Amino acid sequence: MIYEPDKECMGKDTLAALQLEALQAVLARTYLHVPFYRKRFDESRIDPDEVRTLADLGRLPFTTREDLQANYPYGLFAVPLREVVRIHASTCMSVVVGYTRNDIKTWSDLMARVLVAGGVSKDDVVQIAFGYNLSTGGFGVHYGAERIGASVIPTSTGNTRRQLKIMRDFKTTALVATPSYAALLGRTLREQGTPLGALSLRVALLGGEPLTDSLRTEIQETLGVVATDNYGLSEVMGPGVAGECQERNGLHLNEDHFLVEVVDPVTLAPVAEGQSGELVLTTLSKEAFPVIRFRTRDLTRLLPGPCPCGRTTRRMARVERRSDDILIVRGMKVDPRRVGDIFAEIEGHLPAHQILVERAGAMDSLTLLVGVEESSGFDEVKKQQERLERLRRGFSSELGLTVAVRLVEQRSLDASQRVVDRRKS
Amino acid sequence: MLSLRNVESGYGSLKVLRHLSLHVGRGEIVSIIGANGAGKTTLLKTIVGLLRARDGQILFEDRDIATTRTEAIVRAGCSLVPEGRQVFAPMSVHENLLLGASARFHRGARVRTNDDLDRVFALFPRLKERVDQLAGTLSGGEQQMLALGRALMARPKLILLDEPSMGLAPLVVKEIFVVIRRLRDEGSTVLLVEQNARAALKIANRGYVLENGRIILEAPAEALLANRDVERAYLGRDLDAEAAMDTGR
Repeated sequence: MIYEPDKECMGKDTLAALQLEALQAVLARTYLHVPFYRKRFDESRIDPDEVRTLADLGRLPFTTREDLQANYPYGLFAVPLREVVRIHASTCMSVVVGYTRNDIKTWSDLMARVLVAGGVSKDDVVQIAFGYNLSTGGFGVHYGAERIGASVIPTSTGNTRRQLKIMRDFKTTALVATPSYAALLGRTLREQGTPLGALSLRVALLGGEPLTDSLRTEIQETLGVVATDNYGLSEVMGPGVAGECQERNGLHLNEDHFLVEVVDPVTLAPVAEGQSGELVLTTLSKEAFPVIRFRTRDLTRLLPGPCPCGRTTRRMARVERRSDDILIVRGMKVDPRRVGDIFAEIEGHLPAHQILVERAGAMDSLTLLVGVEESSGFDEVKKQQERLERLRRGFSSELGLTVAVRLVEQRSLDASQRVVDRRKS
Repeated sequence: MLSLRNVESGYGSLKVLRHLSLHVGRGEIVSIIGANGAGKTTLLKTIVGLLRARDGQILFEDRDIATTRTEAIVRAGCSLVPEGRQVFAPMSVHENLLLGASARFHRGARVRTNDDLDRVFALFPRLKERVDQLAGTLSGGEQQMLALGRALMARPKLILLDEPSMGLAPLVVKEIFVVIRRLRDEGSTVLLVEQNARAALKIANRGYVLENGRIILEAPAEALLANRDVERAYLGRDLDAEAAMDTGR
């Protein structure tokens, strides 16, 4: 099923013509209403009137997350605040984004596309285990599922046992969660000894963090679902930027609303067709918070060839890492993916965790926050301490620097943000 | 059906349209809204060749018509209903309508216009009643109907309408807009330029907001109706004043 076939299956030329119109309009709009962009364009001696082809986009300056932070909270809004009906923020609250009524409608439509591509229809019971809070995840998916007409259960994050009880009792057919949380649900289900036959689950839509092949396989097996990946980020809109169809061969980008570039993260030059690089997005339709050439820091590549599903929108490879992923802590390189591997080596599985980097004086420190279920018992003090010590030693020796480990309540951990680097702010 | 890419146009040294891009799909009503002087009329005149584009492409059914003569553009199926009707006052309704079909006449050919006249009269029964009356003696609303009818005589695929509601009573405006919608439902494509943005957006599929010769927004018509910026600027509501009244200031 395709939610908006006229939009998702457009001819290449039609799409390009639409994109050019929309690009010229968004440039005229931001130049007029957002001082930051006007200044940027003027400084780079770019007259938005001179943008005559889609290729001209490459002459415009990039926008970085730091630019967004420097304009905290409302500096990049392109409409007056009273036209904004919703405000969200990034997890660390350094970037604030807004939506007009029309933006919310667009968001609903695009998320509906992603859900339908992932196999959801109006007959589904959709359990949304993304956070319903300042972050964009829960609400975006919620709107899309309502738009389709599915039955929506807004469970939000956390409380694994309750999630599983609802999943079984309410006959959930579609689960929306982060990959790590979906995997945790699957493992808990298995530990509880609940047979898959007790569930009605059919599909899982995963987003918010990288989905690896092994994780997908695990989730599909333990939950008995077809699992698809979807992609989005608050700065650009939230979920709904791209999503996999049933072919599971890359994420279809909603190109009629976002212009897509892939650039070399160091030279910032466009990479050759199909090569890996940093994803750069320009919003074409957003009213309240347009972004021009926003550097996502996510590494991906555009996949060649048409998709058998019939959609003509280009596909991007699943995002497995970020260009600013590698942390340098006291001169040591720390790759968060390696942290995951070490967990697997020490504990045999990957618990929910967060890497916290802080600076006291001139000294950087790295702390691993490890999520534990509230019910798993803080009373088993000795066991916990042994685990802490095992992790501390294991990580310190593997990473080559002293690592502090803290156990925190799973609920208080935002697993969608794997790294919190407090040195920058 | 119609696609403009980076079109520049103006008068003398005055640049009115700046690298403007837009499109009109088959069977759509597309509305252009914008303040006085934004370039709406210039846009329509440029499309039909009354003004020459200085740069850019104007594709009508995939053919570039940027340098085509106006008569040929009309013959190809693109007709303009100009601002202020511009009917031929000293001629009868019947003669005005026949002139509308003139693009279809060429030497030695007999052109049948009876079917076309019947169609126009079916849309505007009032014109049939006044078929021998001089156009100059018609009311404003009737003149607008005549101007529209005259354009239809050329059997256009695309109709460009410039301010059809201008100076008309609300009831007459309603009648004209009902006909425009009917034309679309019968298969015509319409590009509608209107000061009366609300009425235009209500019957349109999509709309563009034109400001200082640039498109600054393109959206489905209902989204533009819901856009508060557009509402304040073009739909004639002063939201600031309303908000002040609401709070009792």
